[in-house]
Amino acid sequence: MSASVLFDAPGPRARARHRLTALAGALLVAAFVAFALFKLGERGNLAADKWSPFATGSMWVDYLIPGLLNTLKAAAISIVLAAIFGLVFGMGRLSHNGPIRWLSTVVVEFFRSVPVLVMMMAAFGLYTFNNVFQSEINPLAAVVTGLTLYNGAVVAELLRSGVGGLPRGQSEAGLSIGLTPTQTLRAILLPQAVTAMLPALVGQLVVVLKDTALGQIITYPELLNTYQQIGSNWGNPVPAILFIAVIFILINYALTVLAARVESRLRRRGRPTIHEAAGGPGAPAPVEDATDEARHHADEERLRGH
Amino acid sequence: MGELFAQYNILAAFGMTILLTVFSAIGSLVIGTVVAVLRVSPVGLFQKVGAFYVNTLRNTPLTLIIIASNIVMAVNLGFNFTEDIARNNIIWAIIGLSVYHAAFVCEALRSGVNTVPVGQAEAARSVGLTFGQSLTEVLLPQAFRGAITPLGNTLIALTKNTTVATAIGVAEVSGLMKEMQEFRPDLIVPIFGIVAIGFVILTLPVGLLTTHLSRRLAVKR
Repeated sequence: MSASVLFDAPGPRARARHRLTALAGALLVAAFVAFALFKLGERGNLAADKWSPFATGSMWVDYLIPGLLNTLKAAAISIVLAAIFGLVFGMGRLSHNGPIRWLSTVVVEFFRSVPVLVMMMAAFGLYTFNNVFQSEINPLAAVVTGLTLYNGAVVAELLRSGVGGLPRGQSEAGLSIGLTPTQTLRAILLPQAVTAMLPALVGQLVVVLKDTALGQIITYPELLNTYQQIGSNWGNPVPAILFIAVIFILINYALTVLAARVESRLRRRGRPTIHEAAGGPGAPAPVEDATDEARHHADEERLRGH
Repeated sequence: MGELFAQYNILAAFGMTILLTVFSAIGSLVIGTVVAVLRVSPVGLFQKVGAFYVNTLRNTPLTLIIIASNIVMAVNLGFNFTEDIARNNIIWAIIGLSVYHAAFVCEALRSGVNTVPVGQAEAARSVGLTFGQSLTEVLLPQAFRGAITPLGNTLIALTKNTTVATAIGVAEVSGLMKEMQEFRPDLIVPIFGIVAIGFVILTLPVGLLTTHLSRRLAVKR
């Protein structure tokens, strides 16, 4: 509980005060919701005929499902390619060869600091101008390129912090039984690091999935993009956006919960795990209590390591 | 290269990116602090409201938020700040960016609070400090130091995410980049190079500064 650091356990008077503030807060929230609904209703967004299309087959078969499949397709290809990219450059950063390490560092830091959208646009421009792919594949290829380069760089960092978080005894043991540094990395450190970064990798899927929506800007027909066709077909752009938002939130929340499950499972087996690669909005969103505990656990582990 | 700088106002576009970044940073800091206070407050309902905000916003694509701020808020519901459509879109982009990044600012602040061991609060209370004193003298200074790195990461991500504002036609770098690409498709690589280096220049100092600060101000435990 984070609250326990800041506050004492409440007594009867404090509990009464908390009940009063909660009541005031509840009234505020209710007023806000009522205002939002009133404003939406004022423009006819709550009318039944704006929402009934979502119960028709055509809405799903022609728009939402194809859009969702395109979103999932781009995300799936990107996460696989990003894992490969991350493995290559993550190992590069851990290499004992100076130039390779230096080059990998530059590549990883560069792709982490350039906006995903900028990379998508540049890739889209390059592919279209040079006719690299068939013209209808160009948007997908551009989305995948941008997502792969950014998330690959994040995965490389995850891998590096995964190896860095292992107890020093692991590499010492490898070296002392006569393995070369490269063999130690491949046979001893990497397998453990990959397991440790598994939850963070699942969490990174949330980032990839969210960022596929950037494809909307370069005309990739993903889920968010369908709001325009839906809106012009049934005259309900606002319900369409809200509905699509709910789909995104549900999928991403499910992935977040999955990441927390994987993490607590690893923890039960006594394996160390790592969190948030880059931190901030690029990083996976951890689910509440389970992860908070895990973070404490990881912090303790880190302390013991030093 | 020089040709591009002569023909297009690249610096003005980066100026808009910086403007979006500064105002959204302030906005997200304000909203994020409020949400963080809700999340660590002792009132159960407030914790739930804060958690709902963070979980919803963090799982929504930023592109969707930016587009919704235009289509839903400005066009459909008619919340307009000025008659000037371009300026109105800039303001809505700032609000969208602030609302989205506030969720991450909240989590950064909360993780700062979580770095403070309970023993610190117990020690503060047992030497006779009042609630307010232990908060301002002992807990918050440590919590703030623990939050520097995640806050810096959020600022870096915010800087890069301002590019999404092009979805509602704000004239910042990625919008200009698209324009330049359409007129000079033969110069795509140098155009990408200029924009990329611009973002490296914008984000690198923030990263270096937060690393430096978090090391300098680290709480020795």
